[in-house]
Amino acid sequence: MRSPIGPLEFTRRTWVRLWLLAVFVFLYAPIVVLIAFSFNKSKRNIVWTGFTTDWYGRALNNSSLIEAFTNSIMIALVSTVLSVILGGLLALGLYRFRFPGKSVLDGVSALPIVIPEICMGVALLVFYARVGWPTGLPWPLNLSQVIIGHVVFSFPFVAVVVRARMEGFDRSLEEASKDLGASEWQTFWNVTLPYMKTGLIAGGLLAMTLSLDDFVITFFTSGPETITFPVKIYSMVRQSVTPEVNAASTILIVFTVALTLVALKFQKPSEGVG
Amino acid sequence: MENWRQQPWVFLTFIAPAAFWLLLFFLIPLGWIWFFAIGEREGPVDIVVTWTMSNYAEALQPIYLQLFLKTLWIAVLSTAICLVVAFPVALAICFAPSRYKGLLLLLVILPFWTNMLIRTYAMIAMLRQNGFLNDGIGAIWTAVKFLLTPVGLDGLMGERFEPLALLYNNTAVVMGIVYIYLPFMVLPLYANLEKLDRSLVEASLDLGASQIRTFFEVIVKLAKPGIISGIILVFIPALGTFLISDLLGGPDSQLIGNVIERQFRAANNLPLGAALSFLLLYLTFIALALRAWYAAREEKADA
Repeated sequence: MRSPIGPLEFTRRTWVRLWLLAVFVFLYAPIVVLIAFSFNKSKRNIVWTGFTTDWYGRALNNSSLIEAFTNSIMIALVSTVLSVILGGLLALGLYRFRFPGKSVLDGVSALPIVIPEICMGVALLVFYARVGWPTGLPWPLNLSQVIIGHVVFSFPFVAVVVRARMEGFDRSLEEASKDLGASEWQTFWNVTLPYMKTGLIAGGLLAMTLSLDDFVITFFTSGPETITFPVKIYSMVRQSVTPEVNAASTILIVFTVALTLVALKFQKPSEGVG
Repeated sequence: MENWRQQPWVFLTFIAPAAFWLLLFFLIPLGWIWFFAIGEREGPVDIVVTWTMSNYAEALQPIYLQLFLKTLWIAVLSTAICLVVAFPVALAICFAPSRYKGLLLLLVILPFWTNMLIRTYAMIAMLRQNGFLNDGIGAIWTAVKFLLTPVGLDGLMGERFEPLALLYNNTAVVMGIVYIYLPFMVLPLYANLEKLDRSLVEASLDLGASQIRTFFEVIVKLAKPGIISGIILVFIPALGTFLISDLLGGPDSQLIGNVIERQFRAANNLPLGAALSFLLLYLTFIALALRAWYAAREEKADA
């Protein structure tokens, strides 16, 4: 016999269950449909006419799509590394030191998180145009504009995550290390950094997701000759909607989700250590 | 905490890279735009700072002012819908048996790992004339008609199902914003509700308050910081949205973001675009200031 529903067991109430179901259908139906129709034979995305993987073949043979994809991955990787370095250092500096203008730096570093992306996008667009940022650089330097933009909005997130992690840090460990004769650098490398690791991984994960998820900054900062994945998809969507777009999108979805799940798995064991 | 003078070089190594990056690639570009907004065009590309207010005056003319009001309205509406939809979800995850919690949270976050453009594109297939939502409604319509036929009431429903115009209008834009930003509302709510002292909820119920009264007078009040974080996280990106209105909206769904984008990329009226961007930024700052003011007031009330 089922026990009666306790007053706080909301998940056992029918209306709550229906609500959750409706919300998850709302969140997932579009993505599931998008993936399903990447396997559809018909070019017109509407009626199911049979299973095919042709669109994947087409997407994988579309050299500009592949180039766009590689560029986006490259941008995500480089901006993640830079964001982790900048954000981690900033978090440590804010955690460790007292200095004039600290609250100003704290506030300004939070700004890229809160202001509308479009404002940042147009500002960088104008900045690059006026500075005369060199174009026509060899790969991957031609991606520098986009990478810089991604770092601007990613590293403040890393700093927030790492600072939250540092809250629980016992500074006497650092002092002990120095008392035992370790240098500033050895202390950082052997004591502080291992403690920060969880925060750095979580922050890096966030930075990578933000980079792969971004459209607006990429749209405004990528010059005419650098193709990135979202911008490529955007122009494909504006021209005509074919299952090829679905196939390409599916590849990116699978890629990001797999990446994040792997990273989460990788992060789990270290939680116990820290 | 130590004074930076004790180890100035260590201090600089920590702070300088981020400070440099923020100054060069964030503050200077934004400052540039700020100066454009008080400048005038001279020749095809040059802009001279003349401390004019004419760009702001133009940006505040009825045509753009209406656009601001409309953007504000759409952002408020989407944020409100997000809040109403997300609250039961966050509450349910919070009080779910612990073995399901991780899974439910993952299900909420997972769409957030999918590129925003792809999700917006996925919405098109759902909403268009021959899309899946219309097919679904059509199927329900046919079923209802089939059920009503024996009773002789099928005449009430018209001859055949007319697909609804779901795409390329303001409703589609609101749905798109809710779809894209819903996880942003669920997560802060969940984080806040998770910390909530359950005995307070139990006490309220034990003392005879109804579930509904407990919900509004205990749970909602305790979750206020989470509600406000969620509102800020959805409202600000909704204010600046241009992709969603561009792809899902119709000719009358232009939002302020679309106009800014056009000034910078096509119309090339940089001073006007700059003035519009800064008005949008000021709106954002007002929202943030309201939040800070509210937090300070709450703190005072607690003390």
